[in-house]
Amino acid sequence: MQAAKENFLLYLADSTHILSHRNSEWCGHAPILEQDIALTNIALDLLGQSRNFYQYAAELIGNNATEDSLAYLRIESEYKNLLLVELPKEDWAHTVLRQFYFSVFLFYLYQQLQQNKDVQIAAIATKAIKEVAYHVRWSGEWVIRLGDGTEESNQRMQYAVEAYKNFTGEFFVLTNYEKQMQIDFELIQQQWNDKVAAVFNDATLSFTNSNFHQVGGKEGRHTEYLGYILTDMQYLQRTYPNATW
Amino acid sequence: MELKKLEEIFQHKIDNEIKIEPKDWMPEAYRKTNIRQISQHAHSEVVGMLPEGNWITRAPSLKRKAILLAKIQDEAGHGLYLYSAAETLGISRDEMIEQLHSGRAKYSSIFNYPTLTWADMGAIGWLVDGAAIINQVMLCRTSYGPYARGMVRICKEESFHQRQGFEILYVLSQGTDAQKAMCQDAINRWWWPSLMMFGPTDAESSNSEQSMLWKIKRKSNDELRQQFVDMIAEQVKVLGMTLPDADLKWNETKKHYDFGAINWNEFWNVVKGNGPCNKQRLNARIAAHQNGAWVREAAIAYAEKQKNKHKAA
Repeated sequence: MQAAKENFLLYLADSTHILSHRNSEWCGHAPILEQDIALTNIALDLLGQSRNFYQYAAELIGNNATEDSLAYLRIESEYKNLLLVELPKEDWAHTVLRQFYFSVFLFYLYQQLQQNKDVQIAAIATKAIKEVAYHVRWSGEWVIRLGDGTEESNQRMQYAVEAYKNFTGEFFVLTNYEKQMQIDFELIQQQWNDKVAAVFNDATLSFTNSNFHQVGGKEGRHTEYLGYILTDMQYLQRTYPNATW
Repeated sequence: MELKKLEEIFQHKIDNEIKIEPKDWMPEAYRKTNIRQISQHAHSEVVGMLPEGNWITRAPSLKRKAILLAKIQDEAGHGLYLYSAAETLGISRDEMIEQLHSGRAKYSSIFNYPTLTWADMGAIGWLVDGAAIINQVMLCRTSYGPYARGMVRICKEESFHQRQGFEILYVLSQGTDAQKAMCQDAINRWWWPSLMMFGPTDAESSNSEQSMLWKIKRKSNDELRQQFVDMIAEQVKVLGMTLPDADLKWNETKKHYDFGAINWNEFWNVVKGNGPCNKQRLNARIAAHQNGAWVREAAIAYAEKQKNKHKAA
């Protein structure tokens, strides 16, 4: 159970961390200043959540692990994030759609984690769910705005839907460690489907259902992109071992 | 009312420290000077996000990354307040952005220098934001109301920025030899460009005299620069580092630090576009704007549709 919990915490820490990292690539480059601030804010929220998960994981793992040793000194195959969050940021349509898919999942997951028997996990989820509720609203509004905006924006959204059609299934293809966490993932899947369907309806978008899912991220098998993310992110820690920053 | 009378009322307000507000009559030159200065300031905040943005994905710890992101986000926020303040003078944000992209409007030349190491995040906070604060503290009392009020908010956040910059360098100064070298190198590269941030010497400054009379500024470029040198020359001792100026020396008679000659040839060249990153910075802003055009159009189209729906209902 202890090992399952550690893996589960790392899965959440890595997923929030990597998505924060991808979103932070927009900082200074977003379509309009107000949205630059909004997306950076989401990147900050996700980073904060990942730190909470890393810190707790470090405590359980022991061996002088810290939030930074977990983030900066693990290699690709040790990272447990969803494949979805490591894909390149692409355009604004991809960015808001990915955020929406992820935030909806996280919202319903945190809803259950608030009642988790582990008081630490429950506390992290309780704090984070307020932020995630806003992320769902912000990203959902953008999905609708772009879906029901211009012909071009609708087309770009539809491309993004197509691009991610094999990557949302991973939320619900459970690893052994998730199965031990006493979470009703079937319920989350139902809630996720309903929420996505409702927003897509308002957005005049059609959801592409895929029976084939790209999976493996949660167990350390990643796309080619993660290696570049970690190379960039871990550069200083790797170049100057044991330095304090 | 005749012009002369309006001018008298205006100057009377200035002389009596009454703020000029958007609907008040003001000389065209006063309006123009404020638009130029406030928009330049707004552009500087936004372009200034780029050199620091260069290190977000490589920040060396999660805590540093969070602080850096928050700081850059503050700068975007400052850009927003300032664009809004300039808009009260009758120019739109779109016009200001167009002026930036076409090169007619300037931004602070300091952002045309590259950020080459992590220590540059510290040096920018400590020196660049430090220089900016000295200017901005003065601007909290500038005569145009919306600008002055915006500055009060901005100054609060800027002082946090300077502290975090100093703290980055302090940690490096206590670190390994490589980190100490990184720290000194960043100070060496950012020191002179920071001094240039205060603008040309008083003798060369074309806009200064009228701006002082209108209390848009209250201290001369050279006074502000001296204040900065005096502050930094003391703080650098805490870091155990040096400033790259052999002529820097305390002058007991003047009760100020003397410092060496500034390379104004470099300053004017960077202003004219020949700095190391001028093209890179401007291109990044233009690309962000152009790549975002379809997003802004979609948002407008969607808002229109919603409005029509409400009308129909």
